[in-house]
Amino acid sequence: MEGYLLYAVTTLILVGIYAVMALGLNLQWGYGGIFNAGVAGFFAVGAYTSAILTSPGSPQLVHAFALPVPLGLFGAMIASGLVAYAIGRICLRLESDYLAIATIGIAEILRLVVRNQQAYTGGAFGIPNLPRPFDGLGLPWSMIGFLGVVVLCIVLVYAAQERLSRSPWGRVMRAIRDNPRAAAAVGKDVGAFRLQAFVIGSMAIGLGGALSAHYFKFIGPEATEPLFTTFIVWVMVIVGGSGNHRGAILGALAVWLIWSMTEFATSRLLPQDWAVRAAYARVLLIGLLLQVVLQRYPQGLLPERVGDPRGRPTGG
Amino acid sequence: MDVLGFVNLYVIPGLVLGSIYAVGAIGVSLLFGILRFAHFAHGDLGTLGGFLALTAVWVLGLQAIEALPLAMAGAAGIAILLDRLFYKPFRKAPSIVLVMASFGVALILRSAIQLIWGAESVSYQSGIQRPIWILDTFRIAPRHLWILGGVAAIVVAVHVFLAHTRLGKAMRAMSDDPALARACGIDTEAVIRFTWAIGAALAAAAGVFAGMDVHIHPSTGWDMMLPVFGAAILGGIGRPYGAIAGGLLMGLIEELATAPLFFGASLLPPAYKSGVAFAVLVAVLLVRPTGIFRGKLF
Repeated sequence: MEGYLLYAVTTLILVGIYAVMALGLNLQWGYGGIFNAGVAGFFAVGAYTSAILTSPGSPQLVHAFALPVPLGLFGAMIASGLVAYAIGRICLRLESDYLAIATIGIAEILRLVVRNQQAYTGGAFGIPNLPRPFDGLGLPWSMIGFLGVVVLCIVLVYAAQERLSRSPWGRVMRAIRDNPRAAAAVGKDVGAFRLQAFVIGSMAIGLGGALSAHYFKFIGPEATEPLFTTFIVWVMVIVGGSGNHRGAILGALAVWLIWSMTEFATSRLLPQDWAVRAAYARVLLIGLLLQVVLQRYPQGLLPERVGDPRGRPTGG
Repeated sequence: MDVLGFVNLYVIPGLVLGSIYAVGAIGVSLLFGILRFAHFAHGDLGTLGGFLALTAVWVLGLQAIEALPLAMAGAAGIAILLDRLFYKPFRKAPSIVLVMASFGVALILRSAIQLIWGAESVSYQSGIQRPIWILDTFRIAPRHLWILGGVAAIVVAVHVFLAHTRLGKAMRAMSDDPALARACGIDTEAVIRFTWAIGAALAAAAGVFAGMDVHIHPSTGWDMMLPVFGAAILGGIGRPYGAIAGGLLMGLIEELATAPLFFGASLLPPAYKSGVAFAVLVAVLLVRPTGIFRGKLF
């Protein structure tokens, strides 16, 4: 019984971490129409910032500050926001396809920094022994406690973003997404609004990275594998329904459950000696899932709600 | 360092690298010009070509350069199939949906490659090749000569095709003005299929050359994406000749930025070499987004 409980709790923790990131990407893409293909880069900034701030130190690290975890999470959001601000100032004026290429490049540069600044990031060794809140309680309560931290983060990010989206700010964002020239023509500072959405969304993605680092108690360069980290968060947003914050959370749950189920499927269907390669078959299935959703259900599970600012759907 | 040593150690490898980028960039530029979206799976099509050639080397006992046409044909066929399955449904959709779909195709291709060929680096042939001296002045590895020769042959073929065949002219017409091309009775779907075939064949060639240069790995193509896109934009989107110039320049810039030119110090630490392409790309987009040869801007 306790085994099942623990399995459910750890699954929900991972779903929750991805939900935080999907919320951030949804603010950027679903509301701002900003194609951020560098999710993995902001994940890395958040994860490493919190790791450096809270790490008790390791032989490879020159800098470790052993601060409490909440300060690490806070620092992760600030750092991701600052990096996003610097990048956004330069790149957000680019059109959609070019912005996508540029954000891939940014993720690549951040990966190079992580690999090469060994004094800060531990290089290939990563940063081990990170603190996890409630770790002293023992199983299963330590995990349940951490799930509480994750849920609290989701609630805060969701509430903040939902409030923003329903405010005049959210309406301007959608106007810019749907027709930037018209929005500029009625006097909206398109560049400033897009920059705000980019920075806030990246802060949420960075928070997700920090939570992930503390959950695994470790962050290393493999964790920032650019294609997959970025891709799965994108699939979550599209499956959930871009432009709907609840959809982003639901999408994270649905995609992660499918991802976990493919593990069962590949271990049953594929021959034994293919076991090592089963992971690739799973990624392939997720790639196909995106294609099916894009072609058949472009609205996602929970379509964007347009109309009454208090949130009652009026069709659209 | 004397001038000759500089040429042999940095300029020649830079040109070899640049010619590989050039081949990839021609395809990106043609596809961007005609389909009007940034094809993110282009690098992975190149990886696929590299592994198709590897299979030919293993099964048929060919040299990598002999396997090149087979890999190009195979990649072309697969690209037409991918277009039918994943891109054709979005012909009238906003281009960003296509970008997203191609992101998914990149992941599908890469995981299929890892599934079939495994996740390790593989070389086409083992052993060390001794560099040869040309005119007792230039030192170059035989595989680099093959790559430069292969690229030159491909560039000539692309030029003849674009300038002198009906289909090539139809492609350029469609790139310049799709509505007018359709009004003139050009079968746009056929042109699109052909563009995919050519783009994928060129990507495959880039993949095989990259594999001949060092080794082939499931991320070979993805890692080439930034310099290849940078080269296409540097040369001007929709300008195949610009893409060639852009590719050569990109290869040289990457090699020279990390070369110890300034009293033994380099502009950038070599570990940051793959960041150079990104810096060039962003600089071009901000300063002169139409590229050197006044390409299109979407």
